[in-house]
Amino acid sequence: MVKQSLPKRVGIAVLGWGAAFVLFFPLLWMLLTSLKSEPEAVNPSLTFTPTLQSYGEVLARADYLSFALNSVLISVGGTVLALALAIPAAYVMAFHPTKRTRSTLLWMLSTKMLPSVGVLVPIYLVFRTLGLLDTRLGLILVYTLMNLPIVVWMLFTFFKEVPHDILEAGRMDGARTGAEVWHLLLPLTLPGVASTGLLSLILCWNEAFWSLNLTSSAAAPLTAFIASFSSPQGLFFAKLSAASTVAVAPILVFGWLSQRQLVRGLTFGAVK
Amino acid sequence: MATLTTPAPSPAKGRRFNGLPFIGPSVTVLLIWMIVPLVMTVWFSLQRYNLLDPTVTGFAGIDNYEFLVTDPDFWASLTNTLLLVGSVLVITVVGGTLLAVLFDQPFPGRNLARLFAIAPFFVMPTVAALIWKNLMMHPIYGVFGAVARALGLPAVDWFADYPLLSVILIVSWEWLPFALLILLTAVQSLDREQLEAARMDGAGALAQFVYIVLPHLSRAISVVVMIETIFLLTVFAEIYVTTAGGPGNATTNLAFLIYARALLQYDVGGASAGGVVAIILANIVAFFLVRTIARRLEV
Repeated sequence: MVKQSLPKRVGIAVLGWGAAFVLFFPLLWMLLTSLKSEPEAVNPSLTFTPTLQSYGEVLARADYLSFALNSVLISVGGTVLALALAIPAAYVMAFHPTKRTRSTLLWMLSTKMLPSVGVLVPIYLVFRTLGLLDTRLGLILVYTLMNLPIVVWMLFTFFKEVPHDILEAGRMDGARTGAEVWHLLLPLTLPGVASTGLLSLILCWNEAFWSLNLTSSAAAPLTAFIASFSSPQGLFFAKLSAASTVAVAPILVFGWLSQRQLVRGLTFGAVK
Repeated sequence: MATLTTPAPSPAKGRRFNGLPFIGPSVTVLLIWMIVPLVMTVWFSLQRYNLLDPTVTGFAGIDNYEFLVTDPDFWASLTNTLLLVGSVLVITVVGGTLLAVLFDQPFPGRNLARLFAIAPFFVMPTVAALIWKNLMMHPIYGVFGAVARALGLPAVDWFADYPLLSVILIVSWEWLPFALLILLTAVQSLDREQLEAARMDGAGALAQFVYIVLPHLSRAISVVVMIETIFLLTVFAEIYVTTAGGPGNATTNLAFLIYARALLQYDVGGASAGGVVAIILANIVAFFLVRTIARRLEV
């Protein structure tokens, strides 16, 4: 590497941090506003006395916790179910590929192209008939199916990197397929499986289209709770910011921790 | 759905393995998830069907479609959808490429700066929409307004004066970090010696970028375009929370139009016709995208 001149290095640092600041600013502002009192929050100013009052009020609302619980249950449920369906499928495609494997993979991806708006009406009506509207089970099913193609793809990408010989050796030792997957493949690919689960969690946690349209109160997750702040009577800036911060923080941390793996998974290993 | 004919890898050597019990469940549920709503949507789109009015029944033929294409809202929503997808793609790919090259340069605290820069990608759309609407773009309480007033300029009422641009800005903010994340990873895998050699040969920074960095990024860019297009065609929460499609139909995209027809006006037939159009549109795009991607993928 050619050593760069000092002014150039300073310039790059300023640009880099400037870009990071601009992109992060709305979130920073959300965090700052959440620490203000309600009267101070409507005033875009930097001088204020920090208070945790808004967090207290948001958390004290009993329904906030039920929204949060819904988010957790639905995201985890959808992720676990998607992994349970996808692990065997990805295993077969990675280690026992057939002529159809490639087209199956691409077909699965193509189901993601089916826009959810296009099928909103039928799903809504089917759910109404089956009594799944505004239930956690209903959203878990939707999220599982929504993420299944991406989960299969990611797992396939990670499984593909495991040398066949290792599994072959296990098979020679008489391991049945179930044991081969459970005791050999999964431990070997744990980071990949974990990051796949994380991505699925992030997508479920942030999903807004289905949750807004298929739930009203009982099963509504945090995305719907936050959206309720857009009504005029709900417009309390500090509380809105506090609620948003609490809703975003866990998934942001997950995202940061798994960013490297996420790229590999999201691009199906096409970008190294 | 886009169908693909691609060369298949040779089957695994050795004994036959029955993979059906393993892959069967996934394929079955996805097939149901795809076909049942698809068939129902097409069927409903040919029916008179209103959830509120049971007297509205019977075969409508192509009436729903006729009504749809003669509705100025439909064409506005189609235009808005394409404008939104197109603008956000351009902003995020161009911005993401520049930022990726920038964040590839060494500078103090680079890793931390990167984390801050990619953060918006993990923010749920409803939150993104609300903080932009209330904390940033609000003409009285927002930061933009405060900055404008401090500079002696009139505050802009973003959602009233530039509704679609406002939505484009919010969605770009959410997706720029995604493009950055993917493209940065791609930039980092660039062969340094190749750049070094180009520099030795006297290639300037611009020439290096155009002839070495950009071609290297082409695969990553196509992945970004594909994934973003899938999500951008159906942007919903940002519009639902900020403008509810308005003012008038200025920010109504296809997703919001179908939602409004179905769940606000209870017109299942009309909404389904819109749904069929959305599916067709997505598949036209998907056809080209998946083909491009499939060629670049090593399965």
